[in-house]
Amino acid sequence: MANTDVVIVDYDAGNLRSVQRACAEVGLSARISRAPADVLTAPRVIFPGVGAAGPAMQSIEATGMRAALQEFLATGRPLLGICLGMQISLERSEEQCTQTLGLLPGMVRRFSFSDHTLKVPHMGWNRVRQVRPHPLLAGLEENDEFYFVHGYYPQPSRDDDVFAVSDYEFDFPCAVGRANYFGTQFHPEKSGRVGLRLLAAFRQWDGTC
Amino acid sequence: MLSKRVIACLDVRDGKLAKSVRFVDTRDIGDPVSKAREYYEDGLDELVFYDITASSDKRNIMLDVVEAVAEQVFIPLSVGGGVRSVGDATDLRLAGAEKINVNSAAVSNPGLIDACAGSIGDQNVVLSMDIARVDDHEAFPSGYRIVINGGRTPTDLDALAWALEGEQRGAGELVVNAIDTDGTREGYEIPLTRMISEAVRIPVIASGGAGKPEHLAEVLTDGAADAALVASMVHFGDYRVSELKRYLHDQGIKVRLSW
Repeated sequence: MANTDVVIVDYDAGNLRSVQRACAEVGLSARISRAPADVLTAPRVIFPGVGAAGPAMQSIEATGMRAALQEFLATGRPLLGICLGMQISLERSEEQCTQTLGLLPGMVRRFSFSDHTLKVPHMGWNRVRQVRPHPLLAGLEENDEFYFVHGYYPQPSRDDDVFAVSDYEFDFPCAVGRANYFGTQFHPEKSGRVGLRLLAAFRQWDGTC
Repeated sequence: MLSKRVIACLDVRDGKLAKSVRFVDTRDIGDPVSKAREYYEDGLDELVFYDITASSDKRNIMLDVVEAVAEQVFIPLSVGGGVRSVGDATDLRLAGAEKINVNSAAVSNPGLIDACAGSIGDQNVVLSMDIARVDDHEAFPSGYRIVINGGRTPTDLDALAWALEGEQRGAGELVVNAIDTDGTREGYEIPLTRMISEAVRIPVIASGGAGKPEHLAEVLTDGAADAALVASMVHFGDYRVSELKRYLHDQGIKVRLSW
């Protein structure tokens, strides 16, 4: 694992090469791996993914990745969850009533709108408003937008764990975290310069807030 | 709120950029990779590559183009043209495409939509529909029919019925491409776009006919589209992507302005 700056966790939840390419663009040498041992020895971990919570958790349980992620988090090294990877980091999801990893207290809720013309999934670019400072959101400006594709959103138990919100009929949490864990509902790897800036900040991040 | 998206479509033949006018007489207009990079840096929200390569033995060139673009363009990348199987979709995804467009092959084999949605996820499957006006409102209640093979072959499918079936089968997004206006630069087919957008719960991308910034504003408001697809008006340098987005912003339409 020499020269690997970050391990991208592969658990059969979508194509991870776009994350790897975006890491390369900001100077992070990233390796895609499905081996728990690689996660345990990694300097940093990105936990990405798209898809549904149920099959994702089955894959994580079957490969022993659950324990590896919990153990990695306990080391204090930086862990970044993206989209489904972030969602299943919470305790449970309304999607298929799934019990998830519980790396962060809270749950994942399904979008439900009073305005029936609103389309689901929430797909496209939307503004991200910082509600609490965080090193990974440094430099975020009022008009900065990120790319989203999702039908569910995270709701941490503690307000202090919400770092940014986005508006889709109501303000929903889109960047959450605690200590050395940070997770985004949006896709920094598909969000142009603004997203690359977040990944560059992750490269520098020591895992403290 | 979500921003309305400006999407550029690049037709690629044998690895080179082409732009079709009413689907015939395609003209080479440059290198797809450098064009993609140029638009990305100028604020484009999403990129679509459409492979119009005729011979199947040259299809792998497209994978190389997608791979090269994905290495330097960090916005959603959608690829279509000739996707006939889940295998085709998977190959393009591995090369770096986020979304896969299915078109003619889904008309002859509608199960392709379900299969792709099951394999790569609903949100990554775009049903692209080429649509023509018809006078026969008995056979085609919406007043529009689906055409295939680059607009050359009419089908018996009503456009609205097909859009609804595509959504029900798991398409995550629809491209409404009006072939009567495609390449004319005289404006999108507004009634068609609005009819379909209001009938489905998934995003609709309007395509065919953009020539002036006003056309984009019209289809994103009156046409109820979630995104506007542009081609020749930016490919030939008449307008810059950033210029279109600033115009839309000035018209009170929410678009992404920071990039």
